[in-house]
Parts: sequence; C-alpha cells; structure tokens
Amino acid sequence: MLPDMTAITPGTLPKSSPRGTAARARLLRGLLPALSLALVLMAIAWLNPRAISYFGFNLMLNLAIPIALATVAQMFVIAGNELDLSIGTFVGFVGCVTATWLRDAPLIGILVLLGSIGVYALLGALIHLRNLPSIVVTLGMSFVWQGLAILVLPKPGGKAPDWLLSIMSFKPPYIPFPILAALIIAAIVHFGLMRTSYGVILRGSGGNAAALRRAGWSLLKTKIVLFALTGLFGVLSGMALIGITTSADANIGNGYTLLSIAGVILGGGEFVGGRVSPIGAVLGALTLALAASPLLTFMHIPPDWQVAANGAILIIVLAARVLISRRER
Amino acid sequence: MLKANTDIVRLNGAEKHFGAVRALNGVDFHVGAGECVGLVGHNGAGKSTLMHMVAGTLRPDGGQIAVRGNQEASYSVARALELGIRCVFQELSLCPNLSIAENTRINHPKLAGFGWRRRAADLIRAKLDEIFPDHGISADDIAGDLSIGRRQMVEVARAFTLTREPLHLVILDEPTSSLDAHTAGQLLSFVRRFVEAGGSCILISHVLGEVLQNADRIVVMRDGKVVAADAARAFDRDKLVAAMGGAEGHQKTAAEARKTEPGALKVRARPARQQDGKELVARAGEIIGLAGLAGHGQTDLLLAIFSAASRAKAGIEVTAPVALVAGDRQSDGIFSQWSIAQNIGIRSLAKLRNGLLISPQREAELAEFWKQKIGIRTPDMNNNIYSLSGGNQQKALFARALGSDAEIVLMDDPMRGVDIGTKLEVYDLVREEAAKGRTFLWYTTETEELDNCDHVYVFKNGRIVANLGRDELTEEKIIQSSFGDAA
Repeated sequence: MLPDMTAITPGTLPKSSPRGTAARARLLRGLLPALSLALVLMAIAWLNPRAISYFGFNLMLNLAIPIALATVAQMFVIAGNELDLSIGTFVGFVGCVTATWLRDAPLIGILVLLGSIGVYALLGALIHLRNLPSIVVTLGMSFVWQGLAILVLPKPGGKAPDWLLSIMSFKPPYIPFPILAALIIAAIVHFGLMRTSYGVILRGSGGNAAALRRAGWSLLKTKIVLFALTGLFGVLSGMALIGITTSADANIGNGYTLLSIAGVILGGGEFVGGRVSPIGAVLGALTLALAASPLLTFMHIPPDWQVAANGAILIIVLAARVLISRRER
Repeated sequence: MLKANTDIVRLNGAEKHFGAVRALNGVDFHVGAGECVGLVGHNGAGKSTLMHMVAGTLRPDGGQIAVRGNQEASYSVARALELGIRCVFQELSLCPNLSIAENTRINHPKLAGFGWRRRAADLIRAKLDEIFPDHGISADDIAGDLSIGRRQMVEVARAFTLTREPLHLVILDEPTSSLDAHTAGQLLSFVRRFVEAGGSCILISHVLGEVLQNADRIVVMRDGKVVAADAARAFDRDKLVAAMGGAEGHQKTAAEARKTEPGALKVRARPARQQDGKELVARAGEIIGLAGLAGHGQTDLLLAIFSAASRAKAGIEVTAPVALVAGDRQSDGIFSQWSIAQNIGIRSLAKLRNGLLISPQREAELAEFWKQKIGIRTPDMNNNIYSLSGGNQQKALFARALGSDAEIVLMDDPMRGVDIGTKLEVYDLVREEAAKGRTFLWYTTETEELDNCDHVYVFKNGRIVANLGRDELTEEKIIQSSFGDAA
C-alpha cells in the first residue's frame, strides 16, 4: 500500500481533472486576440517605428471604430447560434440614410434608422417562429438593404451631419480617439452581455436553448433582443463610418460582412454554443483593421496583392486559434 | 383519507399521442405531500412523457391536471414553477457555455440586479455543500468543463435551490445515472431528508434497489399505462421486474462460471500514473471490469488504449482492432444529424464500401441485421437517431461497435439511463460475443454489472489498486479498495 493512497476524502475526485486543462486552454484562447493584436503592432513598430504615435494610431485605426461596431453587431447574432450575412449592406444602407435624410430631414432619418432596427427585430422573430436558417434569411436581406441603399443614394455623394463629423473628429488628449472609442465599446458591451443577469439568458439561448425554455424563458424574446442589438450596432457602425468618410456610397459597407464574422472568430467566439467575447471581438476588429492595410503598406506589398495578403493573415491567425481550441478537447 | 387536500399534483386520464404512437394512454397519477413516489418502467413506457406533463413542458392531449386540488386549465412550465414543481430532466440541461453560478441564475428570475452574481454563487455553493459535501465544484467553473457526473450533481443541487418560488415537488429523472455509488448515496439520503421535512419527490430510476429503498410508494408503467401502484413495502425486486414485464425470461446467468481457456493476449496496459508494477491484462474471450469511484482514471485508460490501437504508446500493448462504446452518448457517441443506419455503419465504412462510395444497400443490410439481433425498436432504420428512446440509441451504439471488425470492445459506462430489459439483453449479447473470442473492457459505475466480468480492476486516483477475480468479487471489496483501506 502506497502511503499517498491512505488519505482520500470520500467523493473527492483526482486533482488533475480535465477541468484544469480546459481552463488553461480557455485562458490561452482568451489571450489569443490580445496576442495577435500585439504581434501585428510589433510588426508595424519594427517596419515603421514612427507609426506608433498619437498621430499614427489616429491614422492607422481610422476605420477601426465602424469595423469594431459591426463586429459587435455580428457577435450578438452569433451568441444566439445565428449568422448575419446582411450586416455589410445594412451598414451601407445606414450610411446612405445618414448622409442624406439624417442631415436634410433629421426626424425622418431617425425614424428610418429606428425602423430598420425594428426590421432586424422582426427578422429575429421570423427566424425563430418559422424555424428558418438565419443564413438564408439574412442573405436575402442583404440584397434588400443593398437595393434600398441604391434607392436612397443612386450615386456616391451626400454629406454627413455636422454633429456626427465633430464627434468622429474628436481629439482627446494623450489617447488616440479610436483606441478610446474601442475601450468604451468593449467595456459597455462586456458589461451588458457578460455581467448583467439578462446577458446570461441571452448567452444561454446559444448554449442550450431547450434548458432555457424549460426554465420558463421566452426564446422568441431572446432572439428578438439579439437581432435588435445587431441592428442597433449596425446603425452605430454605419453612422460612425459616414462620420469618418464624410460622404456615402451604396457599396461602402460590403466588405464588413466577412470582416465582422472574422473579427468575432478571431476574438475567441465560436459559431455555435453561445461562446462569444465582446472584448475579444473588439480586439479582433482592431487587429483586422491594422492588418488590413497599414501593415501591408508598411511591408511594401503592392495594393493589387493586399486583399490576398489580408486573407493569408486571416488564415494564419484563425489556424492558430483552431490549434488552441483543439487542445481543449 | 383527506386525499384532495394533501395532493400536490394529480393527473386524471392523461393522454398523449405522438403521431400514431400513443405515449400515454389514460394515466391516473398523483403525488401527495411529504411523499416520495418511485416511478419505474422500461424505456418508452411513458415515464418521461408523464413527467414532462407534470413539469408543464408537454401539454396533455386529453385528461385533467390538478395542483393542490385546483384544476389547471392552462398549465405551463412557468405555472409549474410558480406552484413549486420542478424537474431535473434526464438529458442534462445546463448551458455548457455558462458558469455554475450563471446556470443557477437561469432558474431564478429573482437573481437579478446589483450583486446577483455573488448571490447566485452563494446559493448554489450552499446547496452543493448540503447535498454533496466535498463536491469539489466551484461556482465559477464553466459547466462544459465538468465531468458528466459533476454536471449531474450541479443540476440536482440547482433544482433544490430556493429564492422566490416555493418548492413542493421535485421530479428526479434518473438522477444517479452518472453518479458513483458514494455520491448517489449522498443524493438519496438528501432526498429522504427533504421528504421527511414535508417536501415531495418523484424518483425515476432504473436501479430498482434505489427505488425500493427510498420511495414510499411505487408506480409501475408499461406501454403508456400504469400497471401497478402500491406502497414500496409491497414490492420486492422480482415483483417489480415482473410488473414491468418483458424481462422475466432473463435470469442472472452471469454468475454461472464460464470456464474458458486463457486465450491470446489482446491488451496489456499500465495507467500513466501507475507507480507499482500493476497492469491491466486482457485476453481473447475475456470480459474485464473496471471499477472504483467515478472519474478515477477508468475512462482515461480506455481512451489511452483506444488511441494506442492506431499509434504506438508507451506502456500499452494492443494487438487487435478496437471499438469504443461511449458513455456520454449525446456528446461522444451519436451523430445527431444522421439516421440510425448511418450511425451504426460509421465504424465499418471499409466493409460497406463499393468502389469509392459507400453502398447504401450494404449499409442497410448491416443496420437491418443488427436491428433484428439487438432488437432496436424502430419502424425504419433510416429515421433520425433521435427518433429512438435513450436505451435504443445506446443499442445502436453497441451495434456500431459489435458490427465492426473490432476484436476488442471498450465500454465507457455505457448503460447509464438504460432500462433493465435493455441491459439484460445487452449483457447476454456481450457474453455471447465474448464466447466467440471478443475481448471486452467494461467500465461501469453499477456494481451489479461487474457480475458479468471475469475479473475486475479497481481504480483509485488514476491507478489500479486491486485486481479481483470472479470468486472474490463483492461490493464491499470494491468499495474497500476504492477508498484505499485494502492493501
């Protein structure tokens, strides 16, 4: 009889349960978005040290705020095991409304934007009640938003409302505005989704919907709330985008669909199971915004190849994530 | 008797149809205050359907339901919770992505507002401490990281937590199926305390001893009807089995000694944390039991043997193809989108191939053969695997392993939540296959199942602590070894 076998409390399981490993892998996965952002930043600092400055960040992260907002929007539907393929054209539609009606007839503009959030809520209800695949519904909606955007603004143009321009050109002391905005977005969404008691219900609807229903919660309501939040953050994203670019174009947001999905996954989220991270999603969006063009420009990659190089970076980072997730199993 | 006043819940003539199948056929059922009602019957007898009705998750197609003497016209989950009726469902219903405290919050609308997180953690921790002292679960643990046994502990504890809603009746559907004997004992003694304090409980279990010892009254169901109901004292094991029907023909043939010649060596394995020279040895035609408290390295060793079959591993020698019957069938066993036939054929794809493609005909033949042989109850093997009841799903997983070329079959506590009739059928099949020369390594948390084994290795803390032959095999001996007072 070995001495270490004598003392065992009944019911105590061995210490090295798979729990410990899983927790470590989760920590690693939680750190991955921060690590990949740090990696991209180090590469930029090495290629062009002057870029790491107040002015440099303002310039490089110019478009990070709308990307971060669109990523957060996508994260809400992913938290409920759905996917929104229309977020890109929706951002474009919001942009067109912002650059025309919101400036010329603010009341109509506000109503249209609130109405579009309402449409998102209805889509959530439709998807839940008819048990439709969200990919199909939102793919269809992406053409609807695109068509509406072209109706609102047939040719590129329009102008952002002045108040929006002044918000987006705000220059706080010491901290570049995009970084400050990213911190605020991440903090608010993290609190709302990860810390509040209803946020638990929203995430639980992605984790085990049947369990939620048995506990007496309305899945219709959770789905509507998640889609409405996506609509809300899509509207914010479109407005932020126009505040930066000052004028709109019906196709301005088309790339955001895939960027937002990649940002969520890069940020440690998963397509199913209600596992998402708001902080990770914002970090993922920042990483993508930096890797998208500043990094590649500093690497002297010709613009023709930048899209492909961007894809290669995505594959590398996402592959690293898969490798880490696999250790969790 | 003042029945009407002391009833917590009463169903009269409850009926439920699923398509052409009559799941419940006019059932009268009631639970009184301060009473523990045992509910037994084969899988598919209608127990779960009945419990879903009491819990409000299913609406009866006919009949009435009354709670504390009041007819409930529009009964629902929310109404049941309001009236203090809760259910621990057989399929685990925790959200794997949420922490234990967050999972507790889901069942308590009142856990909201400032400081809800701490209150939820305190609530579940206190209840876990009360039911399962030394549970080793933290309120911050993510549910998906916990072993199936611990998830079940959390789920049971959660059902007994109290905030705003009252608590009068808890339905426990197979609450011990993933617990080892020790934790199951803790749970059942808690249930007794709860009932003695005036609470009511419905206990569904396939472990008949549990029901006989803990229930005040036992209700037996068969084919969607109640076939017997009486005080627990009026029943014994044989009477229960006879009332459930279908299993009379099987008697414990396990105990009869099977004198076999030691066959060729199939598996020789030493657990990774074994420090002395003990190792597991399995020969052709042997049924080897792996026992001990749940989660003490039995599953790890089975998985190590499984992976050693395809890639050499230090300390483990495997000489023949291996198949694994998973215990956690929902997450490790079943392909949920596939048909029954596809779920059976997946381990035998090489045999089912016709050129580069899978031959649907051969797949159907294999499935049909096993449908007959193992008695999978379905009108069509092309139906989705989830159209089967839990016990029949497990049969399909056995068919997957036994239908393959594997000479070594690893079984990771595969019988949890399976009714006694199915179990006896599978035991016969295992013995029959062993007689043909197959080797079985069988981890089980139910001591009775070890009677089928030729010899049994007892595990503790990831190591083999005892190797018991068939003649020295007793429950006391196993428990002694598991707790480490046997040298």
